[in-house]
Amino acid sequence: MASYTLQVNGKSYTIEADPQMPLLWAIRDLVGLTGTKYGCGIAQCGACTVHFNGMPVRSCSMPVSAAVNQKITTIEGLSDDNSHPVQQAWIAEQVPQCGYCQSGQIMAAAALLKKNNNPSEKEIDQAMQGHICRCGTYGRIRKAIKTAAVNMQKA
Amino acid sequence: MNKTAQNISRRNFIRLSGMSGAALTIGFYLPALGKDATRIMRGDIADSMGIALNAFISIDTSGKVTIFNHRSEMGQGAYQVVPQMIAEELEVNLDDINIIFAPGNAKKYGSQITGGSSTVRGAYKHLLRTGASAREMLVQAAAGKWSAAKEDCYAENGQVLHRPSGKKFGYGELVEDASKLEPPKNVVLKLRKDYKIIGKPLPRQDTPLKVNGKAVFGLDKKLPGMLYAVVERSPRFTGKVKSFDDSAAKAVKGVKHVIKVQRGVFANLQEGVAVVADNLWAAMQGRKALKVEWDDTGFEHLNTAELYKRMNEDLEKPFLSQRTGGNFDGAFAKAAKKLEAVYETPYESHSCMEPLSCVAHYHDNKLDVWGPIQAPDWIQDDLCDRFKLKPEDVTINMTFLGGGFGRKAFTDYPHEAAEISKAINAPVQVVWTREDDTTQGPFRPGAVYGCKAGLSDGGRIQAFQTKMAAQNMGHQNPGADRSSYNDSTTEGFLESYFESIPNYSFGDVPTKSPIPVMWWRSVYSSTNGFAFESFMDELAIAAGKDPLDFRRSHLYNERYQNLITILEEKTGWKSRSKNSGWGVAITECFRSIVGEAVKVSKGADGKVKIDKVVAVMDCGWYVNPDIVKAQVEGSIIMALGAAVTHATHFEDGKAVEKNFDTYKMPRITDTPDIEVHIVENDEKAGGVGEPGLPPFAPALCNAIFDLTGKRIRKLPFKLEEV
Ligand code: FES
Ligand code: FES
Repeated sequence: MASYTLQVNGKSYTIEADPQMPLLWAIRDLVGLTGTKYGCGIAQCGACTVHFNGMPVRSCSMPVSAAVNQKITTIEGLSDDNSHPVQQAWIAEQVPQCGYCQSGQIMAAAALLKKNNNPSEKEIDQAMQGHICRCGTYGRIRKAIKTAAVNMQKA
Repeated sequence: MNKTAQNISRRNFIRLSGMSGAALTIGFYLPALGKDATRIMRGDIADSMGIALNAFISIDTSGKVTIFNHRSEMGQGAYQVVPQMIAEELEVNLDDINIIFAPGNAKKYGSQITGGSSTVRGAYKHLLRTGASAREMLVQAAAGKWSAAKEDCYAENGQVLHRPSGKKFGYGELVEDASKLEPPKNVVLKLRKDYKIIGKPLPRQDTPLKVNGKAVFGLDKKLPGMLYAVVERSPRFTGKVKSFDDSAAKAVKGVKHVIKVQRGVFANLQEGVAVVADNLWAAMQGRKALKVEWDDTGFEHLNTAELYKRMNEDLEKPFLSQRTGGNFDGAFAKAAKKLEAVYETPYESHSCMEPLSCVAHYHDNKLDVWGPIQAPDWIQDDLCDRFKLKPEDVTINMTFLGGGFGRKAFTDYPHEAAEISKAINAPVQVVWTREDDTTQGPFRPGAVYGCKAGLSDGGRIQAFQTKMAAQNMGHQNPGADRSSYNDSTTEGFLESYFESIPNYSFGDVPTKSPIPVMWWRSVYSSTNGFAFESFMDELAIAAGKDPLDFRRSHLYNERYQNLITILEEKTGWKSRSKNSGWGVAITECFRSIVGEAVKVSKGADGKVKIDKVVAVMDCGWYVNPDIVKAQVEGSIIMALGAAVTHATHFEDGKAVEKNFDTYKMPRITDTPDIEVHIVENDEKAGGVGEPGLPPFAPALCNAIFDLTGKRIRKLPFKLEEV
């Protein structure tokens, strides 16, 4: 057990955790932000994706000790009011079914669009292929990313 | 019903809805089977008569409408379609409706199992009548206040208007008067052409919560003082705990208890050892350090090859017939052309994106449960039985479900959580890891089908038989008659074929196996459909007919013919070139008929790929076309997984695939273009969440045959190996 300070969504949290505890559980159970989901625990599904200094990472496979004082953004930190263009596009295209995978999908899409605001279908598939959706919303995810890209270019 | 329960119902409702003051509360009541017809009743009258209503709506003095939703939301859109139905007849905006999940209570809500694609199918007329009755009472109340003729008053937009004078009252101003009126005996429901809300692709109200992490799923539920548990369960399902060594587990910081626990799985009590800690990660570490010895006496250490060998042998045995017509054997013997084929489908795990979890708090001889739950009333019943508690002392609270697909209609995971909470005397959340969720079942049963048919000279089906060898889900129940036939062997088959095929027989041989099995999205249709519709394609080809024409000539009913015509139009079927890789299949499931056409081609690398799927869904009356489309899209992806990416195998009596590295899900890169068309007709509402699944796999394999001449009779297969 050790004490760690995490920077999550612009706030600092000091927690007591085992150094090997995955960042995912630290965020969910100790910081108390449950929007980030557990799906597999072995970096296969993407449900646990958060931004780590702006890069999408799988929080299930990163020990909390590696995250100290790095800039972490979770789904809760994407916007206060669903105003992020990816959230807007997700609503416009009615992407979620059960919704469980969508935090991870949205974080991945937001990271993709930040570095490439006009991705091709192929680039979208490449960026999103690490993310499983058992409800099968993939077609709508593709569409929503295109919609978000168009809106971001206009903005 | 006893006194306490009676008093609870409406009070609980009012508490949960956060309403105050007078309110018009009305709902419907489905009397016990076959007694009298459904009644629409005021909540207070129902209370005084000791009757529990199946669904409530309530309007308070501010005009706010609250619905107690009696179905769980697992992605299929119950959260949206129920309000859409009420809003339509009640004449309010969708935004004015607030929805609350009804806690599990079979007595209050009737069956709440979200399964069989039944949210709309099961209750739509009652929900519409409930909304319409409330509207009529409000109109009546306004007419009374104005001393006007009721005919001169009408409802619109949460208000009642007086046509001659233009005067109006908001609903809130009318609830007090309306709440003293009797619901009308007969209400006229709106005609489809007058719908403003039903039939429109309105956005789901749960979407905003699902794009910002605010939707609370089972795993997100936290209670003050709650502990976390993970359970080491017997990998061979029925194994008993012989002994365990918890010394290393208890040495992990945060671990509080290590206890033996059980959960009911059909007729068995399956055992495990729970590690309980003050945080989940500690519980997981403790579990790793735990040593358990299992006693597997009497459990057969089966593997998949043996299991399928057994099923194939079973096909040779006499079978139990569920449905026969004419004389199959005689007609088959005389047929001009005979065809026989055997089809194989795999065991599957449900693998909801949200693994199982459940929070339970056993205290003061009461039990409170929170979880992603598909069948709150069954779970309540089961827990009352097992813990000898009264229904009013067992509360089942539903969270959002991160997928259900049949698995979360089972009672084992709340049972286990309740056992642990009782033993440790604290609220606890039991978390199933992905590995637990994938390996413990119950699984979709794999099935082997022996199909035989005889064609006439003119290429008509004279005789048709399918024999299924598979585990019978019903035979697992305590005290089940294991010599009974499986009444689901025709699930998926188009009803209209029974009119044109003169001699048929459908039946099964129940295969003996200790692997726990249960419903998986679309149940038996998910495997039956593959056999029926692959074989239909083989028959069409043997008859020298176009696959769609062949089906059409055997479907006398207009509804089916219409679906075929739409499929032809939407695919450009008639203008396709020969062997261009089109395949089709049509199945019927939960009273909806779905036709799917798949187009495959060979990529530059010579490998088969899926270009496109065109689906035509006839679910009769429906509420929200966008949700219908989304459900068909999702069903196709799930079917794609079961056809080409995943299956559960067994080795030495244990499930082999444990996580998504081996139980491989379809991904965005596997996703073809999917086009969904909905048939407009006046048929009764059919299911929406499941019927899109069964036709995909046979349509895909039929397309591959069209392109390559290779017939695939065994699932799953690898697309790249075709
Ligand atoms: S939970 Fe992290 S990738 Fe699946
Ligand atoms: S929306 Fe259910 S898993 Fe993606």
